[in-house]
Amino acid sequence: MARYIIRRLLQMVVTFIGATFVVYALMFANQNDPIQALAGDRPVSDNVRQVLTEQYHLNDPFVVQYGYYMRGLLTGDFGKTLTGRPIGDVMSDAWPNTIKLALLALFFATLFGIGAGLVAGLRRGSAFDNTTLALTLVVVGLPIIVLAPIAQLVFGVKLGWFPTTAGARPSLYGLILPALVLGAASTATMLRLTRASVAENVRADYVRTARAKGLSARRVVAVHVLRNSMIPVITLIGVDLGTLMAGAIITEGVFNIPGVGSKLLLGIQTEDGPLVVGFVSVLVVVFLVTNLLVDLLYAVLDPRIRYE
Amino acid sequence: MTYSNPYQQQWPNQPAPAAPVVAGWDDPNRGGWDTPTAAWSTPPSRARVNQPRSGEHLLDVRDLRVEFGTRDGVAHVVNGVSFHVDPGETLAILGESGSGKSVTAQAVMGILDTPPAVVRSGQVLFGGEDLLTVSADRRRQVRGQEIAMVFQDALSALNPVFPVGWQISEALRSRRGINKADARRRAIELMDMVQIPAAAERVDDYPHQFSGGMRQRVMIAMALAMRPKVLIADEPTTALDVTVQAQIMDLLATLRAELEMALILITHDLGVVADVADRITVMYAGRVVEHADVHTLYAQPAHPYTRGLLASVPRLDHRGHGLHSISGTPPNPAAIPDGCAFHPRCPWAQQVCRMTAPTLVRIGRLDRASACHFPPEALDARLA
Repeated sequence: MARYIIRRLLQMVVTFIGATFVVYALMFANQNDPIQALAGDRPVSDNVRQVLTEQYHLNDPFVVQYGYYMRGLLTGDFGKTLTGRPIGDVMSDAWPNTIKLALLALFFATLFGIGAGLVAGLRRGSAFDNTTLALTLVVVGLPIIVLAPIAQLVFGVKLGWFPTTAGARPSLYGLILPALVLGAASTATMLRLTRASVAENVRADYVRTARAKGLSARRVVAVHVLRNSMIPVITLIGVDLGTLMAGAIITEGVFNIPGVGSKLLLGIQTEDGPLVVGFVSVLVVVFLVTNLLVDLLYAVLDPRIRYE
Repeated sequence: MTYSNPYQQQWPNQPAPAAPVVAGWDDPNRGGWDTPTAAWSTPPSRARVNQPRSGEHLLDVRDLRVEFGTRDGVAHVVNGVSFHVDPGETLAILGESGSGKSVTAQAVMGILDTPPAVVRSGQVLFGGEDLLTVSADRRRQVRGQEIAMVFQDALSALNPVFPVGWQISEALRSRRGINKADARRRAIELMDMVQIPAAAERVDDYPHQFSGGMRQRVMIAMALAMRPKVLIADEPTTALDVTVQAQIMDLLATLRAELEMALILITHDLGVVADVADRITVMYAGRVVEHADVHTLYAQPAHPYTRGLLASVPRLDHRGHGLHSISGTPPNPAAIPDGCAFHPRCPWAQQVCRMTAPTLVRIGRLDRASACHFPPEALDARLA
């Protein structure tokens, strides 16, 4: 087990370097003149240009520049945005909002996905099963760019149940509607997976054994069926957590939530290289860590899985 | 190993409605052996099987019929099966795959999936109480506590994600409310009782960490946890190799005697039951075709199907000869042939066999019956 974790951590280092390198290359290789971009429309004198070129190592080869960046990253220095704000500050503002949003979305997705999936799996072919099937197809088919404004219009503007935008300091209540929108696709896939898994396990021999023991129907489902059905679903939850944090760009944009997604969007629009690379680097780490945790959790859930 | 059973045997004294113990006995649509088209002019003499008084047997299954609704129509899987067992006795239910023996067992347990299965008629009398008419709650009480079951493939029948000790004692914890430490101790006791070596160390292991024979012992320990009065073993040795088969059969026989249980052994293997069973009920196409004590059945099979089964057992003293087999295949339960279900495969089939289904009738003075118009035993006597 310890050997496995060490191997996975080493793989994570390689993946991290590879991923940041690609993003770094894409952001910086494409820049025409970063000093002019920094200055905006104003002219830049030769003296200033020379100082800045040395300060930012712009004459060094690309790989050396990447090396400087990585050194800063590893010592906790994300650098500054083009507007001069420390990226570390931007992150400490943005991350809590995104984490709240993602966890809330995951909570709703898990609650509705597993709950409805369980009922649909136990009552295959029922009206409930068919309705959820149709609904999940609609939700999966609608891109979030369509779903988010519709939800905002219907529940925020017309019905007035939720605030239309979250604002600079979003309250938990203000995040509910964005979280539902963000988690809609996850809810649908989780529902389908839970349904399929439950439908298969409910016919398993060990469920028949559990019934033969004279256990209550509730216990048979809650302990024997659900426990085994959760193994693939947990994997999905882990993968989704990363996607929810990274994929909040549109949702955060529509509901005006100052989180990672909106900062990332801003960074791309203003060609703010350090900002984009900094956020993406952290996202890569989030992905890698959640995936490792899911794989380890997998072994806890299914004792047949052993990591050597 | 001694047990204190807090649940003393209490049989409700309600009288059960009288029902024919023999399949189709009262059905006026069924022909008898004396149908005019019979090729034999003087059929062998018959006597009715005496109907036992209600509550006489520990478990008394009467005229059980189970159907399955399928896309191709209704499959008649169990067609009027009757049998009974008493404490300390072993009944073997013998038949090919698809003869309805497992479905019969699951109907007795009340764990059939309904739908597609429907119990059409019949009675399952446990101590005189008809389990088919009691409330679902009472049914669940009986399950596991009075009648327990051991399944065929222990690997799939055990939950892969829970330790075996946890599974063995689950019913005790959830139904009797005993605490974790006691449950664990009981699990170890039960594992000792089914002769699992180093039970105390293995109680927290998972099913996949056990060998096939040990897994089946775990199954048996689990079934015995509630100290049932009837144990149904559904092909308990099919997935095991021959030496382990013998060990498991010995274990079942020993436990049956020690715990004074009634044991119902469901199998397709004549060799397996010979040493263990007291009586044998042979099933074919969802019907009981023969019923006899084990010695009589092996010595003088009174149904052509039983005779075919016995002839199919490879014998050391017949080495070099080809293996005998019953020609043809068992009928599709959605299209059981008219008349005797076995007639397409029966070497002695006559016109009457194609027309009318034979009823299960007693032969001789023993508790012995055959559903054949021309029992081979009588045939032998005629030819002699």
